Amino acid sequence: MKAIAGAIRRSDARAHRHASWWAFALHRGSGLALAVFLPLHFWALGQALHGDAALDGFLRFADRPLFKLAEWGLVVLLALHMAGGVRLLLIEFGPWSGLRKDWIAGAAGVAVLAGVAFALALVA
Amino acid sequence: MRATGAAVEGAAGSRRAEGAAALAIAQARRWYWQRISAMVLAICVLAHLAVILYAVRGGLSAAEILGRTRGNWAFAAFYTVFVVASAVHVPVGIANIAREWAGVGERAGVWLGRAVALLVLAMGLRAVVAVVA
Repeated sequence: MKAIAGAIRRSDARAHRHASWWAFALHRGSGLALAVFLPLHFWALGQALHGDAALDGFLRFADRPLFKLAEWGLVVLLALHMAGGVRLLLIEFGPWSGLRKDWIAGAAGVAVLAGVAFALALVA
Repeated sequence: MRATGAAVEGAAGSRRAEGAAALAIAQARRWYWQRISAMVLAICVLAHLAVILYAVRGGLSAAEILGRTRGNWAFAAFYTVFVVASAVHVPVGIANIAREWAGVGERAGVWLGRAVALLVLAMGLRAVVAVVA
């Protein structure tokens, strides 16, 4: 019964044609991506335990367009996850009521802003 | 006989109710820790984004990064808080995704969460030590 209900829920495209569902999906997807990246990030910083040269070696290795693009994506996802999370906190703990659909746009705007700022910092 | 059956059924029913209550409490507790850690992380991420934007200007080098971080105890304290909050926050989300999307059971989800928490905490603190000490 539970499985059938789940299948119906999953196949119900109408439930997915909705800004709130996209907000949920992007929040989950960005969270998962950041969680996967985190150990790699920590490992890279851990190179400093083997001396400055080891960290420099990694930084030189990562200094290529594909890595920069991935870093840019991660910064955008980080800002998106943070802004989306603040939106959830405000919905759950804030004094406001109503649909507050424009808050999703606000969270997306924060991510865009971070993306532009990081891109500008990269070329600066 | 019927009375005994009802008693047995009643006991099983109350065990089920206890199980459901325990599960609800566990879920509420996870929700609570995810939200509390999120409040800390929101501030940490804002500061981290500012650090990132500052640091990547003109490219990254070990000398530049470690020049800022070595012996900087304010930096160490901030990033330790960041790592601890992440070690609380990340496992809740990962275990939720595993339960909802990968069919992982309640108990297995708890152990998965503990493993992720340990990994984030250990690797994160190691990274803080690596750049500060």
